[in-house]
Amino acid sequence: MLLDVQNIHKTYQTADGPFEVLRGIDLTLDAGETLALTGESGSGKSTLLHLIGGLDTPNTGRIMVDDHDIAALDDAGRAALRRGTLGVVFQQFNLIPSLKVADNIAFQARLAGQHDPAWDATLADRMGLTEQLNKYPEQLSGGQQQRVAIARTLAPKPRVVLADEPTGNLDEGTAAAVMDLMLELVAETGAGLLLVTHSDSLAGRMSRRLHLRAGQIA
Amino acid sequence: MTWATLQALLSHWWRNPLQLFTLLAGLALATALWSGVQAVNAEARASYDAAAATLGEGQYDRLVRRDGQPMAQAIYVDLRRAGWLVSPIVQGRLDGVRIIGVDPLTAPSGIGPVAPAEGTDIAAFLTGDGQFFGTAETAAALPDLNVIITPETAPNTALTDIGVAQRVFAKSGQIDSLIVLPGQPKGRADLATLAPDLILQPAQGGSDIGRLTDSFHLNLTAFGLLSFAVGIFIVNGAIGLAFEQRRPVVRTLRALGLPLRQLVILMGAELMLFALIAGLIGVALGYVIAAVLLPDVAATLRGLYGADVSGTLQLRPVWWLSGLAIALGGTAIAAGGALYQMAKMPLLAAAQPRALAMAAGRRARVQGIAAAVLLGLSAIMMVTANGLIGGFTLLASLLIGAALALPLILDRILAGSSKAAKSVTAQWFWADTRQQLPGLSLALMALLLAMSANVGVSTMVSSFRLTFTDFLDQRLASELYIRTENEAQSAALIAFAKDRTDIVLPIQNVDTQVAGQPTEVFGARDHATYRDNWVFLEQSVDPWDTTFGGETVLINEQLSRRAGLNVGDEVTLQGTPFAIAGVYGDYGNPIGQAVIGEGVFATLYPDITPRNFGLRMDPASVPDFVADLEAATGIPATQSVNQASIKAISLGIFERTFTVTTALNVLTLAVAGFAILMSLLTLATMRVPQLAPAWAMGMTRAQIGRLELLRAVMLALLTAVVALPLGLALAWALLAVVNVAAFGWELPMYFFPMDYARLGLFALLAAALAALWPARRLARTPPADLLKVFSNER
Repeated sequence: MLLDVQNIHKTYQTADGPFEVLRGIDLTLDAGETLALTGESGSGKSTLLHLIGGLDTPNTGRIMVDDHDIAALDDAGRAALRRGTLGVVFQQFNLIPSLKVADNIAFQARLAGQHDPAWDATLADRMGLTEQLNKYPEQLSGGQQQRVAIARTLAPKPRVVLADEPTGNLDEGTAAAVMDLMLELVAETGAGLLLVTHSDSLAGRMSRRLHLRAGQIA
Repeated sequence: MTWATLQALLSHWWRNPLQLFTLLAGLALATALWSGVQAVNAEARASYDAAAATLGEGQYDRLVRRDGQPMAQAIYVDLRRAGWLVSPIVQGRLDGVRIIGVDPLTAPSGIGPVAPAEGTDIAAFLTGDGQFFGTAETAAALPDLNVIITPETAPNTALTDIGVAQRVFAKSGQIDSLIVLPGQPKGRADLATLAPDLILQPAQGGSDIGRLTDSFHLNLTAFGLLSFAVGIFIVNGAIGLAFEQRRPVVRTLRALGLPLRQLVILMGAELMLFALIAGLIGVALGYVIAAVLLPDVAATLRGLYGADVSGTLQLRPVWWLSGLAIALGGTAIAAGGALYQMAKMPLLAAAQPRALAMAAGRRARVQGIAAAVLLGLSAIMMVTANGLIGGFTLLASLLIGAALALPLILDRILAGSSKAAKSVTAQWFWADTRQQLPGLSLALMALLLAMSANVGVSTMVSSFRLTFTDFLDQRLASELYIRTENEAQSAALIAFAKDRTDIVLPIQNVDTQVAGQPTEVFGARDHATYRDNWVFLEQSVDPWDTTFGGETVLINEQLSRRAGLNVGDEVTLQGTPFAIAGVYGDYGNPIGQAVIGEGVFATLYPDITPRNFGLRMDPASVPDFVADLEAATGIPATQSVNQASIKAISLGIFERTFTVTTALNVLTLAVAGFAILMSLLTLATMRVPQLAPAWAMGMTRAQIGRLELLRAVMLALLTAVVALPLGLALAWALLAVVNVAAFGWELPMYFFPMDYARLGLFALLAAALAALWPARRLARTPPADLLKVFSNER
């Protein structure tokens, strides 16, 4: 099992007092499996994704990623997991504006010490970015930027791909094309995909679907 | 991983070359001004040390004749035979170079390069035309002499055998002074019995010149530090902005798996790399600044303190290493806060760049408290501070406190203006200016420091100049000054001048110690020249009557302050007590001075005969008098100096003294102007989203550009308004606290409104020039760029 989340609780301190975002979440994800996580705004989807990605820590519960207990890792350990085992696709792309497209695609793989230029070229080709490799992100459209972000995530061939509304900023047509590509590539690499989305149609394309409501699996 | 990260971090600067230029230029300028001043100080100090090492100045007691004339060589022989361990010295100037003749066999070891212990060829030194030892500069100045280049010799000084010096200066059988060696045998004959004409001049402990010039160098260092602080403001602004802009990238890097610790180390290393590059540029620029300033500093030190300072700059490792260290240290200070904030920033902090205004808002309270504490401290110190350390603490707390308070003061003024504005455009202008304030505040603080330093220093210098000019008029009242070579010339002069002048005033003095302070005592003839012209800072009733009557003494302000003496107190001269009848201003004199009546002077110092004379006469008759004097008595015109020449020389020394200060002042102001330019240029790139709505709602791009220009000028004007009282407070602190501690005299403070108005205009002009380019860029922003702000297309 690639991912095993057990009884996760997460509480934030707000101006109105403590607010419990997640209340006892359990989920699993196997290699090659795709899982959609849906729910209303504020239901805790993104928080759960951040916890799994090691970007934040739960108050209680256990998250096992590829047999590593995230809670037991320090900052450097979680960073190592993020750059090697996990790959995160953000809704806001989060490309590095001062690096060219080619360097952005290669960046995480280089961080992880798993840089494969041939695989980068394949990704760029499949994503339709070959002509854009020498451009800076600001010179690309939103759809192109998201494709760069997905290529960057897949470049080190992560075992688990976490995608936080990756097509939330795209129009319907572009979103569908980008999603097709991502699913193809994830399937080819055998990674597990956990996708946070509002879109029912997108969720319907995953092998499994979980719905969050008020911090619990509905 | 490290290389990939460094590439990502460095690519930010590659894509933002203006920011990189600001950072490097700010740091390089700061380092240049600091290291330039330090190079000048280091060169001067090295010269003092070389002088002390070469001549033993300040290290050994000396025997000299009471009247300052050379002594017979026989006296030296008598003293040696009587057990005195003394070594003879003959000195003079040849082509402007100080020639010192020493006896290598008896001179204390460590004096100059001629000590036998250093393996010098004594035979060559003692025979033939003789060898001279000096620096390359000295050798070049004495092309006809056999000068062996020894870099450790004092500048503008050549050492030779005493016999050679006697021949060069026609002092055969004469000696100027005797060095008294340590470890004198007990029971040796009494000096008063053996050589009653000689007096012992005690060593001052350390180099006299070094001690006297300490305050001058401290002032230079303070200015260098101020310039450095202004430069660091620029660096701080550039680093702060770069960190703000890279927040999203930092978050992305961490999200992609870069450990925080490594990120902080790499960003620190990146900055240190820049600091090293900028430091090297700064040290090179500093060398140029020092090379330009050094001749004036050398002239100042020679004129004020009689210190010979090498006019050539040497590239000392300590100096350039310390320049690099200050660049690295300055960067660490400027970047420390930003790195700390980044280290503490949660990984899931907002992805968008945090608005500078929000950050400044959170810091405003802390900044306000710090400003209040520092200004409160400076208010207390204005009443209590004394001494150089106290003076500089007062200056530092005043300047830093005011700089910290400036953004808060401007914010209040802008908020008030915004409320009072009637038209929509005016309201938008004030509100928008207020929003820009955090991004410009560091540059404005730099401008405040530079302007107030300008007001303060120019007020001090101009007050000093006014006082000094008046002082010269008082003290140089005689129309002609003549120096005689011997008593026969003195007698001839007095006889010749008797019927052709109003009066001949002998100027006779002796160097001694009064109340433990090195002091020159003058004997003055009773005449209206003194009564009419001298101004007292403090006096008893009829001070001249009692002084000419031989009952009292007059002292200068330096002696009064250093020895804590006031009118009514008593001092002892040659065992005779005198009450102090008056304290007079004596600007420019580094040591104490006392004036007694001519009669009592002759009684106390019977061996001193006057060699200098002041002659009162019709100024128009001076040229004829000098020509006739030479014809009648053989006293050449070269021994005469008229009043106008002395005043011109004195004022020349004065002006050169402040050339360095003025140059540093102008450089600091230029750095502040540069800070404004860089801040505006950097902000201009972030302004488009803020200005696009105004454009969309009907303002033209040209209007927006003009308002940008107006904004910079208006902020500079408000800063100038704050800088004026701050600068005057600074001037007061310099005149009443720092000057007293550094030089021993207090100066009256005058105001120079026209100077301040001119400075204000310069500042506005500088701000307008700095704003011109960014405003033009904004006015020419293509509509397509403005439209992008409203575009949501992805």
